[in-house]
Amino acid sequence: MKVRTVDQEERVLADRGLIAGLIETCSAAIAAHADHLCLLDSAIGDGDHGTNMKRGFDALRSESDALSALPLAQAIERIGVTLVMNVGGAAGPLYGTLLIEIGRSLGTSGADTDLPDAFGKAVDAVARRGRALPGDKTLLDVLYPVHAELVRHAAPDAIAGRAESAARHTIGMRAMRGRAAYLGDRSIGHIDPGASSCALLTSAICRYIEEYRPA
Amino acid sequence: MNGKVRNVGIVIVSHSPLVARGTADMVRQMVGESVPLAWAGGNAEGGLGTHAPGILAAIESAWSEAGVAVFVDLGGAETNSEMAIEMLGSDKAGRVAICNAPLVEGAVIAAAEASGGAPLSRVVATAEELSP
Repeated sequence: MKVRTVDQEERVLADRGLIAGLIETCSAAIAAHADHLCLLDSAIGDGDHGTNMKRGFDALRSESDALSALPLAQAIERIGVTLVMNVGGAAGPLYGTLLIEIGRSLGTSGADTDLPDAFGKAVDAVARRGRALPGDKTLLDVLYPVHAELVRHAAPDAIAGRAESAARHTIGMRAMRGRAAYLGDRSIGHIDPGASSCALLTSAICRYIEEYRPA
Repeated sequence: MNGKVRNVGIVIVSHSPLVARGTADMVRQMVGESVPLAWAGGNAEGGLGTHAPGILAAIESAWSEAGVAVFVDLGGAETNSEMAIEMLGSDKAGRVAICNAPLVEGAVIAAAEASGGAPLSRVVATAEELSP
């Protein structure tokens, strides 16, 4: 029992640094690409995806200390709520649902739930929220491939590579959801902004995890 | 207890604060103070967009024990309204419905129905008859 307690303490301490680092690295990635994401969104949507995401990650950054003090599962859920409250657009509820569901799964079933399982359930929840299917030219077209990589316990750089190629793959798709769907065939030939931000964040997270060494 | 608490409430959600407010003005002109009414429009900075906390505040402000019918314009308005309804808590969430109806026509016809004391299901059905 004693060993387990020490393990848990170490894990909580490690998580504390992990959450703060992930928030920082994701915020920096979004800030650096906010204009580009807006540009992509202007082509087939309303042009505010970068601004919306940046607003959400700025909020996360300002709450970073409080979030880092929480146990991992709870921190992930709170990050989702913060994104819902601050991102707006369709991206807020979609990214928010993803993180809230991951946090809840990890929190309720503890050690029995592994990340691929929690992630898979959360991606299904995002699909329900957006009433979208794979191939509809949405962030799901990145999330499902990322889930497949997690299931086969791929290395972080393989997950990042898969996310980026999956996002590029949306260029050939016709949008079925969101405002891009109003464009019909004219949406073909443009990368989906949601898939693009999703790949950007996945890569940032994977790079961070690869280099992360608990203090 | 006045009619304001008994009648179904109406919430209007648009990406544009002007559209949301203008639609609410039309509803008010139609039914006066007889139904609880609120609108949410724009993103957190007041630009075009939608955000869940604003919608949550609107639903709470138009709250009625008889329920609230929510009218939305485009995609994000609907998804953010769904999030706002979940944030209300399960007790109230069951008494809020997002209507599949045109924003202006739906809100006005629903408010007219609500002002006569119709239950939420009737208010929603009347508005949704407008959709093809």
